[in-house]
Amino acid sequence: MDEYALIMRHEDGSKIASPEQMQAWMKQTMDWIGGIAAQGKFVSGTGLLFADAKVVKSNKVVTDGPFGEIKETIGGFITVKADSAEEAVEFAKGCPVLQGEGNTMEVRRIAKNDGTH
Amino acid sequence: MNQQEIIPHLFRTEYRKIVSVLCKRFGFDQMEIAEDIAADTFLAASQTWPFKGIPPNPVAWLYFVAKNKAKNHLQRGLVFESKISDELIKTSPDSYETELDLSPQNINDSQLQMMFAICHPIISTEAQIGLSLRILCGFGIEEIADAFLSNKETINKRLFRAKEKLREEKIKIEIPFLSEIDERLAPVLTTIYLLFNEGYYSASQNNTIRKDLCFEAIRLCTMLVENKSTNKPEVNALLSLMCFHASRFDARIDKNGELILYENQDTNLWDADLISKGGYFLNCAATGDKLSKYHLQSAIAYWNTQKADTKEKWENILQLYNQLLQIDYSPIAALNRTYALSKANGKEEAIIQAEALNLTDNHFYFALLGELYTGIDDMQAKRHFEKAFELAKTVTGKQAMQRKMDGLGS
Repeated sequence: MDEYALIMRHEDGSKIASPEQMQAWMKQTMDWIGGIAAQGKFVSGTGLLFADAKVVKSNKVVTDGPFGEIKETIGGFITVKADSAEEAVEFAKGCPVLQGEGNTMEVRRIAKNDGTH
Repeated sequence: MNQQEIIPHLFRTEYRKIVSVLCKRFGFDQMEIAEDIAADTFLAASQTWPFKGIPPNPVAWLYFVAKNKAKNHLQRGLVFESKISDELIKTSPDSYETELDLSPQNINDSQLQMMFAICHPIISTEAQIGLSLRILCGFGIEEIADAFLSNKETINKRLFRAKEKLREEKIKIEIPFLSEIDERLAPVLTTIYLLFNEGYYSASQNNTIRKDLCFEAIRLCTMLVENKSTNKPEVNALLSLMCFHASRFDARIDKNGELILYENQDTNLWDADLISKGGYFLNCAATGDKLSKYHLQSAIAYWNTQKADTKEKWENILQLYNQLLQIDYSPIAALNRTYALSKANGKEEAIIQAEALNLTDNHFYFALLGELYTGIDDMQAKRHFEKAFELAKTVTGKQAMQRKMDGLGS
């Protein structure tokens, strides 16, 4: 069984949600993760905050962000166990982030640290 | 309590005390002798009491006999040692002391120290739990084999090797250093909870023994809470969890020893004293920055002491299970979480998630699906209850599924 990162991409991280919306998303996210954990397939989860977010560019210029000129931002990612990329994709389909139009989930197999792929 | 019941009962409660004090006195080097003396003491009781009657104070009788047997053993040792080396005796004046200290304080200290010595990380977790069940809980080899779904031979070998290892590594019977306490506590807590579950979910029809096991586990955990260096949030959380569960002890089993399901329990039989104790220890557990599986399980158990079927209750239980499964997956938690999901978010969503669990060798899995399909698709519900009936291992389990099928009508 391999591990996959399910990366949540928001089209525009600068949109401000209402407290009620945030609460609803929070519950949906927790239920989504709980459903994966109930199958014994949850490994870890990392939420990324927009507060204090910075972007460092190649010329070492630092901007607040990643808003404005960058179209997508990463909201967070979870790591799951799955037998195949298809199974990992099924997990990703349940993520409430996808309710936002333009948002996407990226599914990536995690490289094993032993040189095998 | 009659004669047939009293010896097994005392064996459950007193064996571990006597054996702990003896082990502490003799060290792991002579652990087998400690076990033999403790076992001989009970043998003497079973050979004497049927003819002479149960003594007025059976516990004092056992301690008196154990003391004499220990004294005989130590004196034999002394004679032997003094013949080969006078010097040896002179350098260890302690060995002149042949009186076994069975004071409440020393019993307490010895048991705490034994808990840590037995649950030492140099032996495997399975061996730690096995030895604890044997030494601290007075379990027979067969009962331990049952608990591990193994056989007597394997368990005997495992315990033998574990004792060898404890001897070889010269493990001391003492409380670990403060810096090691957290790490060393984990297997101790696992063992205590296993002991509790052995009583709470035991297939045994003997209610007295089952209760003994639960309350022994609570007592072992209380000893840890009462000791300053082991009074940690996790320990309080486990104690509170066991209090909440135990509060339903009398309500969940009927006169014939059959299990009564939660929804049919008479709440008047719930023990309010234990519920408030559970609340107290859960409060004590709410310090530090670590949310252990015991915290989460205890919070779930707290909500289960609230019989009212509110949205708030099920939403809370669902979120607690969501968290619990992330740190400690188990099939039963997965099934309970899905039931809570149906109560909080509705049956349709829960059915989809339940089917993804795919726990097809578990009769509770089909019982849950039957429950979820009831009222939505009764034909499907019936099919699942039938499967659960087939897989159920106990008469009570089968009866419960039969009633569910009958409840569906034609």
